[in-house]
Amino acid sequence: MSKIHVTTKVNGDPVEFLADPRETLLDCLRDRLGLTGSKEGCGTGDCGACSVILDGRLVCSCLVLGVEAQGKAVETIEGMAQGEDLHPLQRKFIEHAALQCGFCTPGILVAAKALLETNPDPTETEVRYWLAGNLCRCTGYDKIIRAVMDAAAELRGEAA
Amino acid sequence: MRYHTPQTFEDAARIAAAAQGVTRFLAGGTDVLVQMRAGMVQPDDLIDLKHIPGTQDIARTEDGGWRIGIAVPGIALGGHEALCADWPGVVEGMELVGSTQIQGRATLAGNLCNGSPAADSVPGLITAGAVVEITGPAGTRTLPVEDVPQGPGRTALKPGELVSAIILPPRGDYGGDCYLRFIPRTEMDIAVVGCAVNLRLKGGVIAEARVALGAVAPTVMLVPEAAAAIVGTALDAAAEEALAQAATAAAKPISDKRGTAEFRREVAGVLAKRAARIAFARAKGDTA
Repeated sequence: MSKIHVTTKVNGDPVEFLADPRETLLDCLRDRLGLTGSKEGCGTGDCGACSVILDGRLVCSCLVLGVEAQGKAVETIEGMAQGEDLHPLQRKFIEHAALQCGFCTPGILVAAKALLETNPDPTETEVRYWLAGNLCRCTGYDKIIRAVMDAAAELRGEAA
Repeated sequence: MRYHTPQTFEDAARIAAAAQGVTRFLAGGTDVLVQMRAGMVQPDDLIDLKHIPGTQDIARTEDGGWRIGIAVPGIALGGHEALCADWPGVVEGMELVGSTQIQGRATLAGNLCNGSPAADSVPGLITAGAVVEITGPAGTRTLPVEDVPQGPGRTALKPGELVSAIILPPRGDYGGDCYLRFIPRTEMDIAVVGCAVNLRLKGGVIAEARVALGAVAPTVMLVPEAAAAIVGTALDAAAEEALAQAATAAAKPISDKRGTAEFRREVAGVLAKRAARIAFARAKGDTA
């Protein structure tokens, strides 16, 4: 099985890797590039733990082949904090205790970031529907929704 | 597995026609990659169509209809104001498919070619009178969407053929469409019953109508007798009742874990009524 050379951009950095054409983007991120923040929950697009932003669109990286990333731009959880400075969503998740085991958290943060980039002032219903593809078995979701709403308010410059 | 990235549909058809083993086309991948992962399908040749120019585009046709590229994901349909204004029923069907993440990848062409009787985008395409352009080794042909599904997981596409575009007719004046489905929750589920209605008014009366049902037969199906029940009426109570009865009578569902056959027949009638009301309101110019 010959591997395919893939050149892409991850969190702004040009990267290249050799991928078996059957390998998912998730496996390439984790195993070829060592970016293990994106998680595999189900591997079938149901749980959202592997969420990344591919050319501006939120996708499950388990449902994208690594070779499809050729020439594209991928944003993962690793690109969310700026050095030591957490993204407001990350800070609010800690403040609101919006995570317990943490396995779903990277995917939810990436998905929430994608939401706030297109809709800076979502209603609670909009947040819940947008994140319906991100499953969390610990929190019961309420804390996650509150954290996202609070982060959105902060990003809009409103005092919480 | 050989991974191909043809630049034209003709090349894609040539690769598929020459392939000896299992072949799959890749657009959004939300079905194919799941099947590969489950070991249900192990393609020898995977043909990625997204390098073909136009596959990501939504374009007006010369006659005022729409030509939708086979790799346009649901989220791009929902974000296209003019398309949503023309064919809200088509777009709302596609938008019911999966999560935000799935919407970032899943396509109309994939939903159609996957061949599920419960495919949410297919009833709306059928009632809109959409056709698919098919490219194959023998050239290009068109086929009405209702003639594509042939049974669960089966389509009318011949070996080497693939859908190269989805074409919606011009909306025209005083038209409205709608798609509704029943699921036992608010989203992230597969239709127990789906129903699309598309109609056109003339002088406040329904002049043309098409009704399609999903998940109540081996394929999504057009139901001419349900349409006939409302043509010539202003969708009064008697017409609604006749529509519901015709939809219920046409439904040939199975009983499974999602619902019994009896329940599905009943719901087919209820959804037909409700979808017709919304389509009627949209045809009058309401934006609901």
